[in-house]
Amino acid sequence: MTESLKSLPIALPANIACSHASLGAVHWQRAMAELRTTGATFLTLWGADDCDQNGCFSIHAAFLTPAGVEVLSHDIENVTNPTYPSIAHLFPAAARMERATRDLLGIVSTAPEQQPDQRGWLRHNAWPANVYPLRRDTPEPRTPNLEPSTPYPFVQVEGDGVHEIAVGPVHAGIIEPGHFRFSVVGEKVLRLEERLGYTHKGIAKLFETLPQKEGHRLAARVSGDSAVAFSWAYCAALEAITATAVPGRAANLRALALEHERLANHLGDLGALGNDAGFAFGLTQFSRLKEDLLRANIEAFGARYLFDYILPGGVAADLPQPAYAHLVHLYRTLEYEVAGLQSIYDEHGGLQDRFREAGLLSHDLAHSLGAIGLVARASGIANDLRADHPWAPYDKLVTQIVAETGGDVAARVLLRFHEIFESLRLCRALLADLSHTSVEAGPIATVIPVAEPNRLGIGVIEGWRGPVMIALETGPNGSIRRCHAHDPSWQNWPLIEYAILGNIVPDFPLINKSFNLSYSGQDG
Amino acid sequence: MINTLSRMIRTGILTEPLPPTVEGPPSVEALQHDLWKILGRALCIRHVDAGSCNGCELEIHALNNPYYNLEGAGIKFVASPRHADLLLVTGPVSVNMEEALRRTYDAIPNPKLVIAIGDCGACGGVFGQSYASRGGVASVIPVDHTVPGCPPTPTAILAGILQALAAR
Repeated sequence: MTESLKSLPIALPANIACSHASLGAVHWQRAMAELRTTGATFLTLWGADDCDQNGCFSIHAAFLTPAGVEVLSHDIENVTNPTYPSIAHLFPAAARMERATRDLLGIVSTAPEQQPDQRGWLRHNAWPANVYPLRRDTPEPRTPNLEPSTPYPFVQVEGDGVHEIAVGPVHAGIIEPGHFRFSVVGEKVLRLEERLGYTHKGIAKLFETLPQKEGHRLAARVSGDSAVAFSWAYCAALEAITATAVPGRAANLRALALEHERLANHLGDLGALGNDAGFAFGLTQFSRLKEDLLRANIEAFGARYLFDYILPGGVAADLPQPAYAHLVHLYRTLEYEVAGLQSIYDEHGGLQDRFREAGLLSHDLAHSLGAIGLVARASGIANDLRADHPWAPYDKLVTQIVAETGGDVAARVLLRFHEIFESLRLCRALLADLSHTSVEAGPIATVIPVAEPNRLGIGVIEGWRGPVMIALETGPNGSIRRCHAHDPSWQNWPLIEYAILGNIVPDFPLINKSFNLSYSGQDG
Repeated sequence: MINTLSRMIRTGILTEPLPPTVEGPPSVEALQHDLWKILGRALCIRHVDAGSCNGCELEIHALNNPYYNLEGAGIKFVASPRHADLLLVTGPVSVNMEEALRRTYDAIPNPKLVIAIGDCGACGGVFGQSYASRGGVASVIPVDHTVPGCPPTPTAILAGILQALAAR
C-alpha cells in the first residue's frame, strides 16, 4: 500500500460547514467504511468527466455528519476502462446512483464479492448503450436513439400461485410516471420491484449549457413540488462560491417561502392520504386549505408556486404591505382548521385501521438502508438540517425536530400534522421579524459577482421531503462546468420495496402516498 | 361524525363560477347541457405525465378541489384511456416516455381531443429538446390546444379545456 491521501481535507464553500478530501482508491474505501461505522448519513453520489483538465474521470460522494457535509472525491485515472470501488454494500441507497452514473458517464462501480447490479437505470432506450451523455466528448446534437427497446429484466419470484402485476409507467391517477412490478400470492405482496427513470430529461447535461446566473430556474424545475428548496440550494452553492452575503431580509423571505412549500405539500398529502383510505371528506377539506395557502402565495410572493422566487443573491420581491395581516390571519385559520381535522382523523376508526401498521418501516431497517428526511423521522430517526445544521435564517429560529417512532402510514400522517404546526410557528416568527423591519425594509437582493472557474460549492436545504443538495462546479466566464442536483427521493424509493412486503396490493396506493416521493427529482 | 358533519356545514359550498372563454362566461348549466348534447354524459379526461417536473400535476389536482369543482361542471378524470374523450398531457416528452404516450393516445377512441399543459407541454419549456427530451407534446402526437404557463393556474387549465371544447 503505497497509496496515500491525495489531499488533506479542505473547507468547501457551502451554506453549512463542509469539508472535502480527494482520495485514492484504497483510502476511498477505508473512508467509506469509517463513515458507515460512525453512522454518517449518505447524501448523494455523482460523477464527472474531467478528462479535459487532468485526464481523469471523477466520482464524488457526500455525507452528513455531526460536523456538517463531508464530500469525498476519487479520481479515476484509467479512462479506457473507468472503474471505482462500489459503496453500495455500505450504503445501499448508493446502488441506483451508481447505476445512474454508469448510464450517464460510463464509469463503473466494482465490488470484490458481489458484483453490483449491471442493469441500466436512467437509460431505458433513449440513447445507445455505448454513448455517455455527460462525457464532454459526446457530440452535439445528441439525437434520440431509435432502436427498439429491450425488456427490463425484473427479478422473478417463482412458486405455487405466484403471479405478477405490472403497473405503469402511466398510472390511473394524476401522477408522475414509473413502473411497479408486484409479485403476489392472492392479494399479498411477496416482492415489489420499482423501475424509474421515465421522466429523465437530461437535467445535468442541460445545466452545463446555462450561465451560472440562470441555473436556479432549472434547479427549481428538478422537482416542481420542491421548487423553493432546489432553487435555494442552487443559489446557496453559487453564493458560497462567490462569497456573497445575502441580505438578512432576503434570507427571512426565503425561509418563509420554504415553509409555505412544506405547508402546501403536507396539506395536499394529508388530504390525499385520507382519500386513499376512502375518506373523501379529508381530501375536500385539506385541498380547500391548500388552495387558501396557494392564493395567499399570490399576494405574498406573486405566484401560487414559487418557481422563480429565489434568485442568486436574494429573492424576486418583498412582501407587499397588505400581505402581513392576511398571512397572520391565514396562519391562525390553518392552525385552527388543521387541529380540528387532526382530531377527526385521530378519532376515525376506519381511517386509523387503514393507517396503522400499513407500510411498516422499522427504525432498524430505516437506519440500515439509509432513510432520509420525513420518512426517516417517521421511523424514529430525528434528523432535520434546520435544527442539526441551521443556516441563515434558521440559525436564529430554533426549529424543533418532530419525530415519530411508529414507522407506519399512521406515523407518517401524524408527522405531517406535527410538522404543519411547527412550520406555522416558524412562519409566524419569520413574519414578525419581517414586519419589525418593514419600515426600513432594506435590500432583498444583492449582486452576485462572476465566480472563479473550477470552484466546487455545495448547497443543502431541508426541503419538505428531506435534504435536497446541489453540487455546483463553476466553469470559465460565468458558465457552469458541472451541476449535480440530488433529491432525497433517491434514498427513500427503495424503502417502499421493503415497506410493502406482506401488505396487500390495495394498500399500495396508500403506502406509496405516505412516502410521496418524487419521480422527476430522482429521474433528473 | 358530528364533528365531520358540522365541519361540512360550516365550510358550505365554495365552488366558484367557471372562467370565461372567448365566447364569454359559460354557465355550469349551459356547459352541462352542451356536454349532454355532444357526449350524452360527462366529459372524461385521461392525464399523462410525459416527463413533467410535477408542477403542472399539482395544478391539475387543484381542479378537483371545492373551489374549481371540476366534477360539478360535468368533467371528470378517468383511470383508463379507453374511457377518455380528452387527453391532458404535461411535461416535455421525455424520450423514455415517448412510447407510453403514443400508446395511451392510440388507446383513446376517436374522436379525441389533446391538450398540452404548461410551457413544457407547449414547447419543451426550460428542458427544450435534447438527447433525453423530445420537447413539446406536438412533436410526438397531434395537439388540439395548448395552455402555457409554468405552471398554468387551475383557472387557465379549466379555461383551456372549455376553449378546446368550444372549438369542437
